Amino acid sequence: MSADIAAPRSQRIDPKYNRARKSRGSFEMVAWLFMRLSGVALVVLIFGHLFANLMVGDGINAIDFGFVAGKWADPVWQFWDLAMLWLAMLHGTNGVRTIINDYAEKPATRVWLKGILYVATIVIVVLGTLVIFTFDPCIAGNSIPACQ
Amino acid sequence: MSKASSGTLYRGHEGMWSWVGHRVTGVVIFLFLLVHVLDTSLVRVSPGAYDAVMSTYKNPLMALGETALVAAIVFHAFNGLRLILVDFWKSGTKYHRQMLWGVLALWVITMVAFSIRHLSLAFGGH
Repeated sequence: MSADIAAPRSQRIDPKYNRARKSRGSFEMVAWLFMRLSGVALVVLIFGHLFANLMVGDGINAIDFGFVAGKWADPVWQFWDLAMLWLAMLHGTNGVRTIINDYAEKPATRVWLKGILYVATIVIVVLGTLVIFTFDPCIAGNSIPACQ
Repeated sequence: MSKASSGTLYRGHEGMWSWVGHRVTGVVIFLFLLVHVLDTSLVRVSPGAYDAVMSTYKNPLMALGETALVAAIVFHAFNGLRLILVDFWKSGTKYHRQMLWGVLALWVITMVAFSIRHLSLAFGGH
């Protein structure tokens, strides 16, 4: 089921109908491209994260403070988790931004929802980044021999 | 939305349902991500606080929830790769339906493997 729509033959198109030439900057195109590039990276990062944490060894039973300390003693896992945090948060924030733009029709609602979204994103990204970089395996309360 | 827009090529078929699935799983994953960063941040509070919250993940009900979350992630991942092929591969739009069945087949295989391993670890204990 398809209909052929003839190409417009007139060159004299009222500028208000000409969407192609309107210059709105490249933000939406960059966002579109970012979703695809970060998506590919996130498939690798998150599948690796799930495999290392849930599939090998004792899986979920092994996850505790010591497990995290063991992983973050390795700069590779620090970088892995940092990249995952930033890419996943930006990818998810842009996805939710698109959904708000699609469904919230009142300008005030859109501004509020996106404001809440951006504040949450900044808080989570800053918090997560600080936690990865300031992690201290011998934090007060850890009584393992290596910390005595 | 006007009634005249019903009956487009997209409505109600693989294209629309994969789009709905991608949105729903995306929102679910994003909400979990917010919580997951917060729970992991407890390693900066104390080992006891982190271990206490992690122990709440280690029960049979949560194991089913984790499996559902991974099901959402795996669908979003495979369907996202399909989306990229639709956008960048010259025959992508022609084969988008076949690729969705491929996504669902890979999703089933991955989830069977994941569920066997994760649920036996979670329910089996040791």
